[in-house]
Amino acid sequence: MIEVEGLTKYYGEHAAIRDLSFTINKGEVIGFLGLNGAGKSTTLRVLGAVLLPTAGRVKIDGLDLGTEPHEVRKRIGFLPDVPPLYNEMSVGDYLGFVAQLRGVPAEEVEGRVREAEAKTTLTEMHGEIIGTLSHGYRQRVGVAQALVHRPQLLILDEPTSGLDPAQIKEMRKLIRDLRGEHTVLLSSHILPEVSQTCDRLLIIDEGKLVASGTEAELSRGSGAAVDVEIGGAIDKAKTALAGVEGVRGVEVLGATQLRVQASPELRPALVRALVGANVDVVRIDRAASQLESIFMQLTQTRSA
Amino acid sequence: MNAILLIARRELAGYFRTWLGYIIIAAVLVVDGLLFNSFALGSGMDRKSTEVLSQFFFFSSGVTMIASIFISMRLLAAEREAGTVNLLLSSPVRDFEIVLGKYLAALGFLAILLGASLYMPAMVLVAGKISWGHVFAGYFGLLLLGAAALAVGTFGSAITRSQILAVILSAVMVVALLVMWWVGRVTDRPLSSVFENLALWSLHFPPFQAGIIHLRDVIYYVVVSYVALFASVRVLEARRWR
Repeated sequence: MIEVEGLTKYYGEHAAIRDLSFTINKGEVIGFLGLNGAGKSTTLRVLGAVLLPTAGRVKIDGLDLGTEPHEVRKRIGFLPDVPPLYNEMSVGDYLGFVAQLRGVPAEEVEGRVREAEAKTTLTEMHGEIIGTLSHGYRQRVGVAQALVHRPQLLILDEPTSGLDPAQIKEMRKLIRDLRGEHTVLLSSHILPEVSQTCDRLLIIDEGKLVASGTEAELSRGSGAAVDVEIGGAIDKAKTALAGVEGVRGVEVLGATQLRVQASPELRPALVRALVGANVDVVRIDRAASQLESIFMQLTQTRSA
Repeated sequence: MNAILLIARRELAGYFRTWLGYIIIAAVLVVDGLLFNSFALGSGMDRKSTEVLSQFFFFSSGVTMIASIFISMRLLAAEREAGTVNLLLSSPVRDFEIVLGKYLAALGFLAILLGASLYMPAMVLVAGKISWGHVFAGYFGLLLLGAAALAVGTFGSAITRSQILAVILSAVMVVALLVMWWVGRVTDRPLSSVFENLALWSLHFPPFQAGIIHLRDVIYYVVVSYVALFASVRVLEARRWR
């Protein structure tokens, strides 16, 4: 569906993205993850055919973005980081305008608008003026405009930014419901969000792709960790744990808490080591937010 | 073509969905009316009707230029400020269609605005002796002059995301075009006539004011509009590369 090869984008002297390559298959929901300023929005703007790349090639549905931008644009729905809404228009008028702009035949516009409103639970807001809507509704109108022409590819830049927890939950459900009908590429700097909605993650840092794969694949990599709570004698425990084969590091989190950089499969060995060293084991578990630590590791190696 | 009209229709409706359109129309009509009473009619009642009409077109040309700058200020600047330009840029619409659609909306609004001032020449027509041809020529001139100013304003609106800055930049450009006649006066011969002919008003508008349509004046205004719009499209394209 999307083939990106050596994508590079310079803003003046500054490279926002460097030599980015990845492929996305039809029907996948992909999370594009990175800290603020990592180059997510720039990449999505290039894929959304708003910006032209400095170098590299992008193919969407087999069409080259560089030579056939017009054809590509018919196949995508793009929600930029700020929803592109005309505040003085009503929701229905606005969606109708967008549908026509994206080439929906005049006689089908009304139906498509209703369909998009139903998908984003905006039906009751049809006649409301966009400028009077709350942030959550505005964000939904933003998603509705991206899918009103039934594009094959949906590009959503931070669809949950600024939403409250209840709205985030709704948005997640909305995105999950889109699976199958559309290929979805969404960005976020919040991990749990993408790990719950996406089939596969692309992690980007300083304009470069640092990791990609499913959550499980990424966890199997270097980042897995185990949390250990003990009865006391923290120094003894630390030495004992560090001695186990396969442990990459031990971090003291509190008076009785440790985090061990090791695969969760090593848990029995860790317990044996602790017991052997006469340390009481209170609790041992895989680290709670594994992906979080992977993410931080992948994106923060430069500061370490 | 479809996309141009679609964008134009939305934009034109936008003038009336917000206060901007009404404020511009009201302000222009008030200023036009005051000037008509104090300036065109004159103190005595001994003025000929053609003279009154000519004076009306004279001050209307100034008002039209100023109004055009305000009409065009939001065209592209506001889209960028609100982020809605991303909607247009990611849609299957070509850059020139975006600019042209926006410009046509502004031109349509200007036509409505000029139409609203028709009652003044109509009064002259009823009370005095003037020809329809004179009225038509004058309005045609106003529309052309306004079209050129709107195109310059569109360019001003394309190069910044602030509407206020757009107004200032457009005003500077329009004034620069206006004072070309003065540059022509202080330069020597072949150059002087080049500058005089470049001027936005001094050579090209007075014939319309007197009720005469010269092809070269029409061409001048069309060319100015074309160049300014072409530059606007280029600015939009360049921003994709930036």
